[in-house]
Amino acid sequence: MATIELQKVEKKFGELHAVKPLDLTIGDGEFVVLLGPSGCGKTTTLRMISGLETVTGGRILLNGSEVTWKHPSERDMAFVFQFYALYSHLSVRQNIAFPLQAQGMKREAVDKRVNEVVEILRIRPLLRQRPGKLSGGDQQRVALARALVRRPAAFLMDEPLGALDAELRESMRAEIKNLHLAQHATTVYVTHDQIEAMAMGDRIVVMSEAEVQQVGTPVEVYNNPANLFVARFIGSPGMNLVKGRLSGGAVRTAAGGSYEVPAPWRQPLAECLDAQGELTLGFRPEAARVTPDGSLAGEVYASEMHGGHTVLHVNIGAGEIVHIRSDRQSAYPMGTAVRFAVDPEMARFFNPRTGAAVRREADG
Amino acid sequence: MARFEKRGPRSPITQSIRVDKVHPRARVLRRLIAILSLLVALIMLLPVFVMGISAFKTRADVMSSPPKILFRPTLEGFMLLFTDRAVVSQARQEELQQEARAGKLTLFARLALEAGMEITGPSAYVFRLWNSVIIAGISTVASVVLGLFAAYAFSRFKVPGKDDLLFFILSTRMLPAVVVTIPLFLMYRQLGLHDKHLGMIILYTVFNLSFSVWLLKGFIDEIPKEYEEAALVDGYTRLQAFFRVVLPQAASGVAATTVFCLIFAWNEYAFALMLTSQRARTAPPSIATMMGRGGIEWSAIAAGSLGFLIPVVIVTFALRKYLLRGITFGAIRG
Repeated sequence: MATIELQKVEKKFGELHAVKPLDLTIGDGEFVVLLGPSGCGKTTTLRMISGLETVTGGRILLNGSEVTWKHPSERDMAFVFQFYALYSHLSVRQNIAFPLQAQGMKREAVDKRVNEVVEILRIRPLLRQRPGKLSGGDQQRVALARALVRRPAAFLMDEPLGALDAELRESMRAEIKNLHLAQHATTVYVTHDQIEAMAMGDRIVVMSEAEVQQVGTPVEVYNNPANLFVARFIGSPGMNLVKGRLSGGAVRTAAGGSYEVPAPWRQPLAECLDAQGELTLGFRPEAARVTPDGSLAGEVYASEMHGGHTVLHVNIGAGEIVHIRSDRQSAYPMGTAVRFAVDPEMARFFNPRTGAAVRREADG
Repeated sequence: MARFEKRGPRSPITQSIRVDKVHPRARVLRRLIAILSLLVALIMLLPVFVMGISAFKTRADVMSSPPKILFRPTLEGFMLLFTDRAVVSQARQEELQQEARAGKLTLFARLALEAGMEITGPSAYVFRLWNSVIIAGISTVASVVLGLFAAYAFSRFKVPGKDDLLFFILSTRMLPAVVVTIPLFLMYRQLGLHDKHLGMIILYTVFNLSFSVWLLKGFIDEIPKEYEEAALVDGYTRLQAFFRVVLPQAASGVAATTVFCLIFAWNEYAFALMLTSQRARTAPPSIATMMGRGGIEWSAIAAGSLGFLIPVVIVTFALRKYLLRGITFGAIRG
């Protein structure tokens, strides 16, 4: 059980900034997901927490005491690797017992602990086998068992499900989340998969280009993205972003559409935007509704059946495509002219030059 | 496939399109290649075979032409190789014959007696074989151990000037032995390392080190870094992680390197000839010098060569489990 605190932690590889100074406090028992595209510095951050990578600057605190320059073995954190890192020359049982042997634990105590985690992860039948013979899911369970058996202060997981196929990933996702809830152990989890982040995290740290873009709960990050990057990155498909210009209390899009700015946004927008009034309107696919009296219009470019709903790709002119979720199961023929309205509660606005979201008072 | 596409998936497939069946022509070709390589192997092994049978022939059988394939095997060659003998008087011969009848004489003594001789002690070759074992053994262990640490450092850490250093290490291997023997000879004379076990051990270790560093680096590069990192976060030190995780994973590489280093140190001839004379002389030059003394004892030479092969064969055989994977130079991940 632990809190982890990063204070202005940064990492440079020569001239390259892999992680720009980063502040983050991870509470006791919290499940924090570091999310971002590859090369954004999320794995480097995790490795710095574990001690496998040295920091170029800043401090790392574990339970309030500094561990910045401590050897990985002295930090009491367990690391789960993407490719499991199971020792092929040892049996599953020996693999799980491996970290306990480092502590010089007695044989009986080791057996007792191993038996406990084996029960939790339901891998007893595998104990005698070699890890190389196991399926990907079972290998990952063994890797989790090896982390769990130590009862570490914190779990660090580097894309632990990245090497599994889609179906297995989904069930392992639930398994890890369950495990976390039962153990209530502080966990830092790295992934590039935003669905995984949304499904598992108590909080999500969205990173891009070596910088933190936003820290927040999944709902916050989804509903109120801090900038255009987060808006695009979270959600599948991401948030629709339509360029326009503010004039006379309405957004005029490049293609001639118009969207009346909801009342609560008028004041903040007037304060944030420059004289030209350029802005970007953002809305989630489910915030838009196809309706004959909608103020925005376009023609159907493609219609994707997703089972319970259909996602329409609507060309709103000038090559701008927006995604609209429709509950109608039948397909719209290509080229159908549609009108749609955006829920005023769910509309978001961005400054296209800085990329930052325009904030209302209510959002803080 | 073409047939399949033309008719479409709904028409019944009457002809197998599976690729795991080999075309008859390809099968014949494969068999031809196998036969050819077998023939080449046989030709290569012929001298070894001749050596093997010559070791068990009598002096007369060795010289006979055409060579005898069927003969009465004898250990005379080995006796000549391993012992020093003296011609004995008639009286002493009779005395010995009585002892032989009583079953008191060893096999070699009886063989010597048949030639009218008595064994006076082990031959110099025995000591030289022992020298070979010591020098090749210690230098192999030293070059593999040192090479392993160096290779690990080169593989895992940021070593300043890494590429240049690695090239330098490789370049020590580029000079042919003949070029460096004269300066080495002079250096060794000055340093008092001439004809010393230590001198030969150092020399062979240095010579093998370049090879073992390069070979082992390849094997260690193949081991994912995460293996040690997992051990590090699990509470092991770097050194413990090396011994408990890296070493077992690199076992096949270590085995292959050991065998190659041993074969080099065991077979080395030129340096041994120049840098040793008596005390530290190894077996290879002494087998060659056997040809010089008086009549050539072909069966003794064959016996010496055969016996000389055995240790390497034993080590290679003992490590064959790892070698099969190791000899592909880490191309296949285990």
